[in-house]
Amino acid sequence: MLELTKVNFESEVLKSEGLVLVDFWSDGCEPCKALMPDILDLKEQYGEKIKFSKLNTTKARRLAIKERVLGLPTVCIYKDGIKVDEVTKDDAIKDKIEEMIKKHM
Amino acid sequence: MEKIYDVIIIGAGPAGLSAGLYAARGKMSTLILEKEKVGGQIVTTEEVANYPGSEADATGPSLVARMIEQCNEFGAIIEKDTINGVKLEGRIKELVGAKATYRAKTVIVASGASPRLMNVPGEKEFTGKGVSYCATCDADFFTDLEVFVIGGGDSAVEEAIHLTKFARKVTIVHRRDELRAAKSIQEKAFKHKKIDFMWDTTVKEIKGDGIVESVIFENVKTNEITEFHADEEDGTVGVFVFVGYIPQTSLVKELLETDRVGYLITDDNMKTKISGVFAAGDCRVKSLRQVVTAVSDGAIAAIQAEKYIVDAFEE
Repeated sequence: MLELTKVNFESEVLKSEGLVLVDFWSDGCEPCKALMPDILDLKEQYGEKIKFSKLNTTKARRLAIKERVLGLPTVCIYKDGIKVDEVTKDDAIKDKIEEMIKKHM
Repeated sequence: MEKIYDVIIIGAGPAGLSAGLYAARGKMSTLILEKEKVGGQIVTTEEVANYPGSEADATGPSLVARMIEQCNEFGAIIEKDTINGVKLEGRIKELVGAKATYRAKTVIVASGASPRLMNVPGEKEFTGKGVSYCATCDADFFTDLEVFVIGGGDSAVEEAIHLTKFARKVTIVHRRDELRAAKSIQEKAFKHKKIDFMWDTTVKEIKGDGIVESVIFENVKTNEITEFHADEEDGTVGVFVFVGYIPQTSLVKELLETDRVGYLITDDNMKTKISGVFAAGDCRVKSLRQVVTAVSDGAIAAIQAEKYIVDAFEE
């Protein structure tokens, strides 16, 4: 899965055409780590149509806040560089993420 | 036909993992089912200072990692699945999950509790946008910002202290005029330079544009309303909510006895009213919900499950 940083976020997400899924996570966030295998499953299934990526917010706090992400886990979908959907916290589970993916495909 | 386990445990928090350890050590075939994150609520906390024998720098996640290791060592299996239906009455219990159906001679319900919401306007909308129930998940977003911690119990005050490592200022907002937290924790909070208090106060509303920008408080004694606006340069403010817990028992509460709130009623041996079905940990009626009591419940439930199997299946 593509590792985002504050350096490449703009080119890989904000200036990227098509659909990009961003999984916001951090070192201290255990629910995020529990979710990761599900994200990888979804990547297997939808990875050809959507670019899957993740951002460790510990190293990109300001960037996350700029993207209106202030809680983890949060999974967002960007379309042509604009955030079009997201699920967070209790809603950031496999079924709901898949639902969101399908909605925008 | 599917395998029939000796013990299936619902929930992989400290109670479930302890039950798993004891059951597996007793050579029972043991399956632990977890719907979300292994470890339960304790993984959302950074400091575990009240668990006897824990390392000096033990964190929720480190403690849980060791519990999982022990379970695995003795052969308990941990699977991720959400149970949506249960048949508990029969000699063989059946659990219907999203991925598979599981069968067992005994079931230990260790489904835990989850944070209670304040139920005020804006709370849901801004969850993950400044409102949080998980300090370890979200604390570092508030580095050099201001945060409010709502509640006056152990969790609230402990997490407030933890948040001072990140936030510029932490204000504990409590609806009463004294804290409920353990005295030693209170002392630490009172002495802390970064911690302030708002007594007799509740949150009335949370407002913002995409992220939390202001919080409206009400003084419950004077009914005075005040609104706190995030510093313009900060742009946002954190609201960490620790106002108690609700039991996660909706799966079984129609079948088992509960108290008014929904906590499961058991006897001292963790037995519910259905034979072969036990409850352990925070989901149970008890006076103290901590790791230390959860692991105790789990151990008792597993030993009792073993006893029940000997009596009911090996005569």
